[in-house]
Amino acid sequence: MAPTSTRMSTLARKTALGAIGILGFLALWQLVPTLGLVSPQFLPYATDTLARMFAEFRDLEFWRNVGRTMTAWFLGLLIATVAAGILGTIIGLVPFLRRATHSTIEFLRPIPSVALIPLAVLVYGIQLQAALVIIVFASFWQVFVQVLYGVADVDAVARDTARSFGLSRGDRVRFLILPTALPYLMTGLRLAAAVALILAITAEMVIGIPGLGREIVFYQASGDWVGVYSLVVVTGLLGLVINMLFRVVERKSLSWHQSIRGDEVL
Amino acid sequence: MTLYTSTVRVAPQRSQAWKRTRESILYALGLPFVLLVLWGVWATVAPARFFPAPQVILEAFIDTWVGPAFVTDVLPSLGRLALGILLSIAVGTVVGTLIGLNRWLRELLEPLLEFFRAIPPPVLIPIVMLLMGITDAMKVAVIVFGALWPVLLNTIEGVRSTDSVMTETARSFALTRGERLRYLVLPSATPRIMAGVRQTMSVALILMVISEMFASSSGLGYRIVYFQRNYQIAEMWSGILLLGLIGVLLATIFSIVEKRLLRWYHGIKEVERA
Repeated sequence: MAPTSTRMSTLARKTALGAIGILGFLALWQLVPTLGLVSPQFLPYATDTLARMFAEFRDLEFWRNVGRTMTAWFLGLLIATVAAGILGTIIGLVPFLRRATHSTIEFLRPIPSVALIPLAVLVYGIQLQAALVIIVFASFWQVFVQVLYGVADVDAVARDTARSFGLSRGDRVRFLILPTALPYLMTGLRLAAAVALILAITAEMVIGIPGLGREIVFYQASGDWVGVYSLVVVTGLLGLVINMLFRVVERKSLSWHQSIRGDEVL
Repeated sequence: MTLYTSTVRVAPQRSQAWKRTRESILYALGLPFVLLVLWGVWATVAPARFFPAPQVILEAFIDTWVGPAFVTDVLPSLGRLALGILLSIAVGTVVGTLIGLNRWLRELLEPLLEFFRAIPPPVLIPIVMLLMGITDAMKVAVIVFGALWPVLLNTIEGVRSTDSVMTETARSFALTRGERLRYLVLPSATPRIMAGVRQTMSVALILMVISEMFASSSGLGYRIVYFQRNYQIAEMWSGILLLGLIGVLLATIFSIVEKRLLRWYHGIKEVERA
């Protein structure tokens, strides 16, 4: 049982060191305003910020705002993933379409989605749809490009085998292409989830759609800096939860796959 | 993540090569052309307020951006963007290498860095604005604070995953620390670092635009919002077009640099795929 115990001890060591790192950072944060390096007006004490954060946790309006932000995030991610999955599979499977769309995709993909903010405001006003335009545009490409690569990555021997066994088109998609593309899709989904959160909050900050982002701007406008700092920490925690969630989903859905593909997909 | 076919190709005949070039040009321009024509036709048949015809946008583009606006609005934005990207890459790789080489430091900082990466960068704008005022330095700082993390974390990951057999070989050949870093650790981390740089560049562009939308009286982001608020629709579209072009330019620069830096890596991948 020696390997297990060493693994346990490295895990314990890792957790302990990580906890020390976080505590050290909080202590440093507390010290900087205390020593007067930065005025507490500009950088509130860590204790004040955390206390404020817990106070926010008891406020229903705070949770409503979290709900609004997460609704925009979820809807945007869902639309983008479904659209990218379908379009990516079709375009990836047809060589003619792949060649014909390549230049257009390469031009559209690098357009920063925030450039579309003014257009979204004009068309939809200060509504959820305006945020969705931006979120969908940004996260669509993350998934789409991965699906495109994934569909094209089908092993030649497996493809020929499927053909000679007389699998129908539907069966080939179901048993050959989908399993090949799934790891790529999951990578794309993980990247898209992070991007979608960034743009959901950006849209709220810049356009003024209700949510955590707008709340930050409100606090900033009223000079409530403790509030601003506490919400920044909250958005960070939200991002952390999303990252961890999607990493777990990725690992779970690909547990059968790890043995075949030792290497990272990225 | 480009796909490479590994077929050995004999140099094609001249006429065939011509045919192939013509074909690929046709493929590259076909769809954009069709889309533009469709858009143009649609804009004349059913004029929509917010979607002007392509030629109107093109005229507005030339009127708006060719001239003094290029110097007052575009160049400063591009300068801040470039500075922000370069600083992010520099800080990210140097700090990332230090953390990646030192296991103790890595385990100490890992949860913290994960947290900082998870913060959506735009929320830092109010804080950086508070600490630094509305200055050029603040906008660069926003870009660096937001765009640093992909490079930093990928560098840590890349440096950490140096092949252990190679490390031991380098040790037993008595390579000095500097030599090991120069000839083994950094090259083996480069593919990961470049994957991070790609993300960093797109985040940096987003942050450049938002920081200017938020707190500025010049720059591209400010201009686009200004046009929107004054219902100068064609001008606004021309700004979107310009941002798109900058995005494409960045992507092109990246892929050229990446191809040069990672020529050996793509070569290995190609052999592996064969």
